[in-house]
Amino acid sequence: MYKLLLSWRYLKSRYIALASIVSVTLGVATLIVVNSVMAGFSDEMHKRLHGILSDIVIRSHDLNGLPDPEWHMDEIRQLAGDDIEAMTAAIQIPAMINFRDNIQGQWITQPITLIGIDHQTYSGVSDFSEYLLHPDNREQLDFLLKENDYGRGKKDRFPVSGWARRRVSAEWEQKAVEAPSDSEGIDAADVPASPFPLVDDSGVEGQGATIAGLDGQLSGVPDSTGDLGVPGVPFQSSNEPEIVFDPASEQHTGIVLGISICSVRGRDADGEVMDYYFALPGDDVKVTFPNTGQPPKAVSDSFTIVDFYESEMSEYDSSFAFVPLAKLQDLRGMVDVQSGVKSVSTIQLKLKEGADLNVVRDKLQARFPIQQFGYQIQTWRDMQGPLLAAVQLETTILNILLFLIIAVAGFGILATFFMIVVEKTRDVGILKSLGAPSSGVMSIFLGYGLSLGTVGSGVGLVLGLLFVKHINTIAGWIEGVTGQEVFDPTVYYFNQIPVIVNPLTCVWVVIGAIAIAVIASILPARKAAKLHPVEALRYE
Amino acid sequence: MSSAYELAIEHPAESSMDQKNQLHPRLLKSPVVLKATGVTKSYRKGKVEVPVLKGVDIEVLEGEFQAIVGASGSGKSTFLHLLATLDKPDDGEIYFEDNRIDNLPAASRDILRNRYIGMIFQFYHLLPELTALENVLMPVMIHHGFMSYMLQRRKFRKRAKELLDLVGLSHRLKHRPREMSGGEMQRVAIARSLMANPRLLLADEPTGNLDRAAGEEIMEIIHELNSAYDVTIVMVTHDLSIAAQADRTVRLAEGRVESVSFQS
Ligand SMILES: Nc1ncnc2c1ncn2[C@@H]1O[C@H](COP(=O)(O)OP(=O)(O)O)[C@@H](O)[C@H]1O
Ligand SMILES: [Mg+2]
Repeated sequence: MYKLLLSWRYLKSRYIALASIVSVTLGVATLIVVNSVMAGFSDEMHKRLHGILSDIVIRSHDLNGLPDPEWHMDEIRQLAGDDIEAMTAAIQIPAMINFRDNIQGQWITQPITLIGIDHQTYSGVSDFSEYLLHPDNREQLDFLLKENDYGRGKKDRFPVSGWARRRVSAEWEQKAVEAPSDSEGIDAADVPASPFPLVDDSGVEGQGATIAGLDGQLSGVPDSTGDLGVPGVPFQSSNEPEIVFDPASEQHTGIVLGISICSVRGRDADGEVMDYYFALPGDDVKVTFPNTGQPPKAVSDSFTIVDFYESEMSEYDSSFAFVPLAKLQDLRGMVDVQSGVKSVSTIQLKLKEGADLNVVRDKLQARFPIQQFGYQIQTWRDMQGPLLAAVQLETTILNILLFLIIAVAGFGILATFFMIVVEKTRDVGILKSLGAPSSGVMSIFLGYGLSLGTVGSGVGLVLGLLFVKHINTIAGWIEGVTGQEVFDPTVYYFNQIPVIVNPLTCVWVVIGAIAIAVIASILPARKAAKLHPVEALRYE
Repeated sequence: MSSAYELAIEHPAESSMDQKNQLHPRLLKSPVVLKATGVTKSYRKGKVEVPVLKGVDIEVLEGEFQAIVGASGSGKSTFLHLLATLDKPDDGEIYFEDNRIDNLPAASRDILRNRYIGMIFQFYHLLPELTALENVLMPVMIHHGFMSYMLQRRKFRKRAKELLDLVGLSHRLKHRPREMSGGEMQRVAIARSLMANPRLLLADEPTGNLDRAAGEEIMEIIHELNSAYDVTIVMVTHDLSIAAQADRTVRLAEGRVESVSFQS
């Protein structure tokens, strides 16, 4: 009883000790904030990676190499049919994309990963369709250009695209072709103005205003394209020049582009974050990729952008481009002339809820031994292993460092407690003269440490949770005060700082901090318990 | 109490039988509460061993008020601490109600101090963070665990208040030691020493730090405890006029009992 009373009274009368646990409080708060943010980040990353990648991917080492996907899929179904929810075959090859930047008017070439997909089944194995911009495509992708409405329900400030854009730009380009072809005679004023705002700042879809800053750049279009001889004419496919193609009413094979392939995120004059699009759905692009020849030759074809793919993982958004599987198989010559058997380069599986990825992977690896088939069979975790491991490692290291901070706080407590014990020497003598056992004296100081640790980490917990709850507001304030962007959406592709509060982590952090406070009070408490009663009584 | 006292300080130490004969008649049939035989104690100062007690014998009867006097530094406090089992003698034996207590294990000595022997000190030794009432309650708080204390709390608080009332401090229950005068603090200490209803009260110069008036008040209380409540008291003092009120006065010098005298 006296232990509680005295611990409590010492706590109330020694504010210096409270000061010594401020570092515990701060440490706990920081740990909780860091863990929540890291958990938020890694969860977001997991979700996105998992959403983009299917559960299990079987990939042939050779770009051309997985013949007769139907047979493989049958085999897989026999092997693990119960666990499989969806399956699709795809081709994944490196390629080059080439399109005209409609801001600067220059031609842009970029490396991409071209993925031939079966649009009926592909969205079954991943969250692919969720990332598309057109609401109809999110329902079911068909590689056909839509009238307009891109970004509805997702990006509300998306510029006019689709047929609405394509018709007007075809007309505009037609005028540009009809304009005097001798470049000396071209006057900026003669060139019809671009009918569209090319950035997403118009606020209202279809409003024809262009921002002033871009007008000047646009007027440069004819100058640069003039060098190319045929300004503005879309790609004249060299394979099929005889076919008359009317861009105002026809489209090439559809292609879904990763949004970052043809856009950059930046800031306008006011510092607002916005996306600048070099090309939009409705525009044509040219893609060059290797065929199956020995050695491979480059094959090119024209595609019409039918949608954008925005997974918010920059790695994928800046490289993935999706085209219909059959078209790609044709273009690359992946159809066996005799048997008519087509090949693919990957088979992707989605497993049922609760199925063990590793077990299925191991089964598949046993069925398709690497020595015989040369297939790489991986789960999405295997594929992103290093990235996930890096995040994990980062979290672990931060935790260790922050716990070291709390441990440093522990030494502060140790020193403060030694002082308090010295100061309380006479009290210890009094208690012992009244018959308090050494263990009782010890537990007064341990209880003191325990309550300081509890108070310190409790306050830290509350602070940390409050901070996490309002982290985006706080980031906003800091931005306001320092003028520095704390969390730059142009860098992170998140609009908000993602946080996840894991209750178990909080419990462990609090327990850890309390343990450190108690451990730090053990030595002083032992010193107090060992004091000789007579000497303690005589102590001045 | 008001009658004349005679202090025979010249008498050499006498045998136990002879001593009893000279004690107050009310004590003649009293059993021995505390007995020390041949107690020695020395302190080590560096390499030099300083003997403080060189063989002290005393005997305290139930209901007796015994004074221990001696020059400053003669080892009175040291001896009292040994009697209270706060320290162990180098040699000799101490008996409390016929049980040897100087070599008891720590846990038993803690219980002895907590419930059987009360102590008062020159510097009061109250706990500064606690109120007067809480200080008085301290012995039972130490005795009882949380639950047991809580269940009997009313009873304990009642007794503590009665004791504070007895020492004339019923208006000071909620005061902290620093808000009280020396005499008041000493009275709180007396109330505390009685809380566990001990069989023996050891007092180490309880008036040594007080002015004359306060000292006399304290002595009155101690006398009343002895005469009205039959508390056995061993009191260390250097004030001979106080010692004169005792049933028996033991004079320590050179680490030995120099003389024993009786109130006649
Ligand atoms: N812890 C100690 N170490 C060394 N000497 C001590 C210690 N405690 C007491 N002494 C010495 O023992 C002697 C007796 O002290 P004490 O019992 O306090 O005397 P009194 O109470 O009679 O004034 C003194 O000379 C004192 O200096
Ligand atoms: Mg003394």
